[in-house]
Amino acid sequence: MIFIVSIFVILMLIAAIAACIFRDLLGAVIAACVVSLIAAVLFYLLQAPDVAMAEAAIGAALVTAVFVIAIIRTKRHEE
Amino acid sequence: MDLLSNSNVANFLSNYIYYIGAFGLVSIGLCIILIKRNLIKVIIGLSILDTGVNLFLISVGYISKGTAPIFSKPGLDSARMVDPVPQALVLTAIVIGVAVLALALSLAIRLYHHYGTLNLRKIKEQRW
Amino acid sequence: MRSIVSIILIAIIALGITLALIVIPFGEPKTEVGKYYIDKGIEDTGAVNIVTSVVLNYRGFDTLGEVTILFIAAIGIGAVLATQKKRKVEKKVTPASLILYTGCRFLFPLILLFGIYIFIHGHLSPGGGFQGGAIIASAFVLIYMSCQGRRLPVTLTKAIESLGGLVFVIVGLIGLGLGGYFLLNFLPEGVPNTLFSAGIIPIIYIAIGFKVGLELTGIIDNLIEKS
Repeated sequence: MIFIVSIFVILMLIAAIAACIFRDLLGAVIAACVVSLIAAVLFYLLQAPDVAMAEAAIGAALVTAVFVIAIIRTKRHEE
Repeated sequence: MDLLSNSNVANFLSNYIYYIGAFGLVSIGLCIILIKRNLIKVIIGLSILDTGVNLFLISVGYISKGTAPIFSKPGLDSARMVDPVPQALVLTAIVIGVAVLALALSLAIRLYHHYGTLNLRKIKEQRW
Repeated sequence: MRSIVSIILIAIIALGITLALIVIPFGEPKTEVGKYYIDKGIEDTGAVNIVTSVVLNYRGFDTLGEVTILFIAAIGIGAVLATQKKRKVEKKVTPASLILYTGCRFLFPLILLFGIYIFIHGHLSPGGGFQGGAIIASAFVLIYMSCQGRRLPVTLTKAIESLGGLVFVIVGLIGLGLGGYFLLNFLPEGVPNTLFSAGIIPIIYIAIGFKVGLELTGIIDNLIEKS
């Protein structure tokens, strides 16, 4: 059990570092969406189903949609 | 796998793994905000910082071998249920986070149309 | 130069946070307020989901403040983006393919029904107004993505959204008039674990569900159309 939780936490930290390093802004937004999704699974494993549902619906769907619309209106690559 | 389950490493990990994850997200978010120059990258760092703080709040309220605080059958054992107060606070914090992010992105779109660039050094030099 | 100073600053902050986190034990009961809410929750309100009774009954005024913050953010986005000049040349957008068009039109009423189910049963199972509202908003995002040129009827959605906010405040004021304090639970509690129980909690969650769903859709509509 603790082995599975460790794998999830390590994947979440790797995705956060990838959001820092990518130069294509669309890739960085997808990495932030992966961080939000793994955080929703960790909320469920900490016995909090309401918060897991809210984080999955808001953090992984609506925030990504708003970021993609903002990238369409401005530049795509980081200078 | 036997070696892993009765050693000190597994004991230490099972106490502190959620704190390490939340604390790692907070420091990576702070790194992105302080070092990067593009405005949309800074807003992505703000979103990661927000997720880290919420994860820390929920992991403080966890009780060992507890269950979710919902009485789905009448007469469930209420002695080992998880604390419900941090979950109510984090529910509010997630919704406020998405409102702040949407307002920040609309301000970024206006800045791009006015100055023509999203590089923070160039915008600071062009003030007058 | 600036990167080196930033990394030293982050190392000092990381050291401080680590020294503060070590002394918090993981997995032990820490406060007594939580125990009181779990023991007396069903007697006071009648809601089976304890987190719902904390959000709407014991801490109901904070939820009113949160709904106000969301409302102010939606007005702010509309005000910031409203003074753009109209774009003179529209970029040519390729229409969506047949599979995307048919699939999104088929899924739209099902997702809407699922969102309404989640906020009506907020006091019986995990869920509530904010989660259901977010699911309704993501159904509208699917329609924006696949059917080009179809827009929201703006007057109708703004009317329903304002009605939802007004219902919340009026229910609170009726409680102030009948009993002693704002947001008093004045309807009968009923049998726990049935649909018509828990006083005013289902009524407030239905109002919040419609309001938050249509508000988030309005935010995305402003961002797509007006910039």
